[in-house]
Amino acid sequence: MSSRPELKAPPEIFYDDVEARKYTSSSRIIEIQAKLSERALELLALPDDGVPRLLLDIGCGSGLSGETLSENGHQWIGLDISPSMLDIALEREAEGDLLLKDMGQIAYCYVQIGDEMCVIVVWAKIEGDRMQGLGLRSGVIDGAISISAVQWLCNADKSSHEPRLRLKAFFGSLYRCLARGARAVFQVYPESLAQRELILSSAMRAGFAGGVVVDYPHSSKSRKEYLVLTCGPPSINTELPKAKLEDEESCSDDESSGDEENQTVCISDRHRPRKKQKTTKKGKGREWVLKKKEQMRRKGNAVPLDTKYTARKRKARF
Amino acid sequence: MRLLTHNMLSSNIKGVTNGFPLLIEVEKVIEKPVDFNPDFLKNMFLKVDWKALVDASRSLGYAELPEDTPESSVIDSDDFLRKFHHALLELHLEEGALVCPETERKFPVSKGIPNMLLHEDEV
Repeated sequence: MSSRPELKAPPEIFYDDVEARKYTSSSRIIEIQAKLSERALELLALPDDGVPRLLLDIGCGSGLSGETLSENGHQWIGLDISPSMLDIALEREAEGDLLLKDMGQIAYCYVQIGDEMCVIVVWAKIEGDRMQGLGLRSGVIDGAISISAVQWLCNADKSSHEPRLRLKAFFGSLYRCLARGARAVFQVYPESLAQRELILSSAMRAGFAGGVVVDYPHSSKSRKEYLVLTCGPPSINTELPKAKLEDEESCSDDESSGDEENQTVCISDRHRPRKKQKTTKKGKGREWVLKKKEQMRRKGNAVPLDTKYTARKRKARF
Repeated sequence: MRLLTHNMLSSNIKGVTNGFPLLIEVEKVIEKPVDFNPDFLKNMFLKVDWKALVDASRSLGYAELPEDTPESSVIDSDDFLRKFHHALLELHLEEGALVCPETERKFPVSKGIPNMLLHEDEV
């Protein structure tokens, strides 16, 4: 990766008018975003009853991911920190409601103890029907997706920013505004292993169950990481969905479960110990041995005669 | 911004204990037709805060909704659902402001997008 936008400037400054337009006029980005949101929606595993849900699109930007949600008939609320991106979303006539909001904004106060300043997070101690991070009522949202946005939370762009606290506020408030059993799917580009760990552990501490699903893990280009989180106590729903593997074409073309299963089989084959892989094949057989002996003879090596004992199977006790 | 979103939003300024519902200052309201879907409405009926929705729809100039929380049997009447649908999804606050009920801090709404960003001293 030569250029991560996260390293250049804070999101509300990086995505200015020029950058926002560039982003949304690139057909490549539009296509990728549509694919990612399609997959995220699939991972959300909403009940298949045709009823539209109220979804949250965190870091909705110019509404590219929201378009996929609208196409599938869902109502959505999008929030983003960049006004320029939201302007473009308006131009594109995004069907969801848009909010200009910082997903990691939290309330904390400074308390002086001795000479040290301690930061105490207040929101965790306030009970009731409100929250600090997202500012939404509790239990009302049926699912949340976020495409390429959560890694921005790991940056400290202002002196008041502390990634750990911002992640905590974000996941804490998200947990409360989601209905029990609802899922949240985040497509993320973590910069490093440590960053992924940080994001995941913050989510777990907020009470989510779930983990990371990595699609196409062996491809450097199409490898995509999705954080799949479930709200509420562990159940069958909290099991992680299968990742997509290998061969992108066949996967994106038919997404039947049978296809996915086939691919997991071939992967498990590859991870078997070498010795076992050999024994499953029936051995080389008499013909192969005779051929090899003939080859050795032609080279002038001393080779035993072919007899009825050649390449004979051993008895079972061996 | 639709009233659906207004019904989910609360003020999250430091020190505010009950930031819901946000009051609405209206400058411009527009209506956009949305496909009518009874299943979604029935789903949302259980989730909306009725009083907040009624107050908000009145401030946008739509007074058809009943004041008291309706019985759950009402949900089957088509007439009620149409009104509910109109208030929840079709009314848009285009220009104006949302006001925190405790601190009276204004969140300006422009082109339908409320600016919920807080200054550093408010978080």
